[in-house]
Amino acid sequence: MSNDKNSTNAEQADQQEYSLNDDRRVKVLSPSALIAKRFFRNRLAVVGLVILIAMFLFSFVGGVVSPYGQDESFYTDTSLNTQYAGITETTSLRYIAAPGAEFGALVQSNANAAIREGASSFERDGVSYAIEQPAPNVYTFSTGGQVVAYASTNVVSVPSGAETPSFDFQLAAVTAVANLDADDAAGSADAAATTDAASGDAAAAEGEVSAEAATATDGTFTYDGATYTVNKVGDVTDASGATVATVSPFVISASDGNTQIPNDLRAELLAAVENDVSEVTYTDSEGAEHTYSISYDAYSSVYNVTETTSNRVYDRYASPSAEHWLGTDGNGMDMLTRLMYGGRVSLIIGFIVVFIAAGLGVIMGGISGYFGGWVDNLIMRVVDVFYCLPSYPIIIILGSAMDAMRIDSWTRMIYLMLILGFLSWPSIARLVRGQILSLREQEFMLATEATGISVPHRIIRHLIPNVMPQLIVSCTMSLGSTIITEATLSFLGLGVKFPFASWGNIISDVNNAFVMTNYPFIWIPAGICLLLTVLGFNFVGDGLRDAFDPKMNR
Amino acid sequence: MRTYIAKRIGISVIILFCVTFIIYGLMRSLPSSFVETMAMQLSQAPGAKSFDEWMAQLNAQYGLDKDIFSGYVTWLVDFLTGNFGDSWKFNVPVITEFYNTIGISFAMGGIAFVLSTVIAVPLGIFAATRQYSKADYVISALALAGISLPTFFLATLLKLVFSVGLGWFDLYGLMGRNFNQLDAVGQMLDIVNHMVLPVVTLTVIQIGSLMRYTRTNMLEVLNADYIRTARTKGLPEHKVIYKHAFRNTLIPLVTIIGGSLPGLFSGALITETLFMIPGTGYTSYQSMIAGDIPYTMFFLTFIAIITLISNLLTDILYAVVDPRVRIS
Repeated sequence: MSNDKNSTNAEQADQQEYSLNDDRRVKVLSPSALIAKRFFRNRLAVVGLVILIAMFLFSFVGGVVSPYGQDESFYTDTSLNTQYAGITETTSLRYIAAPGAEFGALVQSNANAAIREGASSFERDGVSYAIEQPAPNVYTFSTGGQVVAYASTNVVSVPSGAETPSFDFQLAAVTAVANLDADDAAGSADAAATTDAASGDAAAAEGEVSAEAATATDGTFTYDGATYTVNKVGDVTDASGATVATVSPFVISASDGNTQIPNDLRAELLAAVENDVSEVTYTDSEGAEHTYSISYDAYSSVYNVTETTSNRVYDRYASPSAEHWLGTDGNGMDMLTRLMYGGRVSLIIGFIVVFIAAGLGVIMGGISGYFGGWVDNLIMRVVDVFYCLPSYPIIIILGSAMDAMRIDSWTRMIYLMLILGFLSWPSIARLVRGQILSLREQEFMLATEATGISVPHRIIRHLIPNVMPQLIVSCTMSLGSTIITEATLSFLGLGVKFPFASWGNIISDVNNAFVMTNYPFIWIPAGICLLLTVLGFNFVGDGLRDAFDPKMNR
Repeated sequence: MRTYIAKRIGISVIILFCVTFIIYGLMRSLPSSFVETMAMQLSQAPGAKSFDEWMAQLNAQYGLDKDIFSGYVTWLVDFLTGNFGDSWKFNVPVITEFYNTIGISFAMGGIAFVLSTVIAVPLGIFAATRQYSKADYVISALALAGISLPTFFLATLLKLVFSVGLGWFDLYGLMGRNFNQLDAVGQMLDIVNHMVLPVVTLTVIQIGSLMRYTRTNMLEVLNADYIRTARTKGLPEHKVIYKHAFRNTLIPLVTIIGGSLPGLFSGALITETLFMIPGTGYTSYQSMIAGDIPYTMFFLTFIAIITLISNLLTDILYAVVDPRVRIS
């Protein structure tokens, strides 16, 4: 029942027609609603508004949301390969002379020739040398029954800091290792044959004799009353098991004269070379772990040992990644965060500058236009002077002055705003004056005078609101140009300075041509932000102008 | 008319005094001047006098021992008698340095000016005759984009694409590395090649505002009563636009074009600095940074004079072109 009743009511309402002169026929909009309606009908203006809202959110909310700070630097670990040591393999015979004996290079070449020929003796400068082979690849040379030198491809090296072993010890060790390497017993037989080598030094001779007598097959020898054991790798260990020397065809030497290669590391490196291992991890006495990599350089036939050290450095110009969406800049700071804070700085500077300029301009233009006469003349001449002052040169001169005074970045930013604002008020003053001059002649102003409204009231309530539309349009447009000016100055290094970010000083990184060509992710986003923001202000300003003044065709 | 011009000239001279005095005062009160830097360097040489002694000597030598007012008067007298002094930074007479640099700036500015006018005016008219069409939206958006594009960003993008990417042009300078080995024609082509990117930058930057200005004025004229009359008369549309509307648009165009003439002399400070073109803009930038008072003063005064003259000429021209304007 009730439903039926309702529907019939609605039908009646629909059928009811307004009379022609009914106000409800025309939808009445307030002036501001009209302006808003006209504004939103303009597609470009809406696009501009959307851009601006996005930019504001990006700059002001983005800085809060971003997990990083404006001047937070990031570090990265880089591994640095430094040359640590070189290992050379001895392929030719090395001659070691006995203490006090002469076995020069010329003799050595004769000896080489004799060994190649398989001769058992050779003669040089009237001295005859007898060659004996106590072990494979080990040769001794004696003259007058006294061993003056031996030759071997193996070299005896001792732990750093230890004394160089005596000639006899070296010979014994080399022979022992060579014998161990050789599979056949013939080598040891040869070694035994050298026992008749006499020595002047009784103790040494005794040691030598006993050593060589002992180097039979088991890889041990005795020297100076002590027994030493050698293994296949060439380590010579004494009775307590400590390594006293190494016999090996490989010679290891540190690249840096100050570096002392620890014994165990030396042994590990040599073992690695012999077993063709290319990486050695070594824990030093302090517990720090080092990684060495070994590579063979065929040209110089040296095994290079490089130490991989890791350093913590600023993560400069890192490419975009999951942590840093736009990479990092030259100071290792997150680019996206810098961009957000830069937007904040650019926008705030733009607003404050325009606010200063508009304030000064409205006051000066208002006074000038309303009062006229000599006041008007004076203010307009001041405006002329400002118009004639080239603004970029002035700002550049002041900027370089602030550079010279080493003003800190924060104060500098405030000065910059004041200077820019002070230089841009004249155009607004001119605009306001022109508006007021024409408004003053209109009937409504006559009416305010006739109704006895006070002068301040007349200016504030009746003149200023009529100037507002033009003023808002002009301010919106000059916001864009102020942002460009600030960015240009910062780009030249005369505006906003580090640590503060601004879109201009982010782009100024391109003054380094390498950054320009290789890291476009540094400066292109900042340029796009700048372009979009200024474009947004211009679109909105344009739209506002149309909306305020429908007679003008955009 | 004559009294008007005389009055304007009188006012201009007063303005000029104010402007030059402001600039002179600014240059003089710089905390770290050219002289100070020089004294610093000289006093660091082995066996040199102390910094203070050098400062006193150099200040006397460069005429900086006077206070700002008498210094200004000295400068003014020198300037009026045609003695412009020597540039401190470039070590040549100011006028020589200016002659050396003005040519290239004028050529670059002139080419860019002609190019932007030739492109912007027809496009502006085209957009105005098809208001609210797609073409109009595109042109308006492009014009605003041109205004919004920061010079340095555009220049860097151009460099990245054409110098680094395609390798067509050099990054900086006016002459190539092998300039001296080229014959006369080759040298000219080399300079032209180096001027392409700066001229493109200048043109793109200028086009936007000129296009918008043309469009706005054209639209205003197209809504005028005499255009409606012309259409009702049955004139063909192209005659309406090019004979009746465009001629009336020329009046504001002439004024804005006249207003941009001083720009040809002042050089493009930012563009020249970015491309390191040795024109007046770049030279004046260097002299300003270095605190070179004679050159900066000469250059800025020159610019101020040119600006005042062009303002005056524009106003007079406006009255001459448009008989409706009455000068009072």
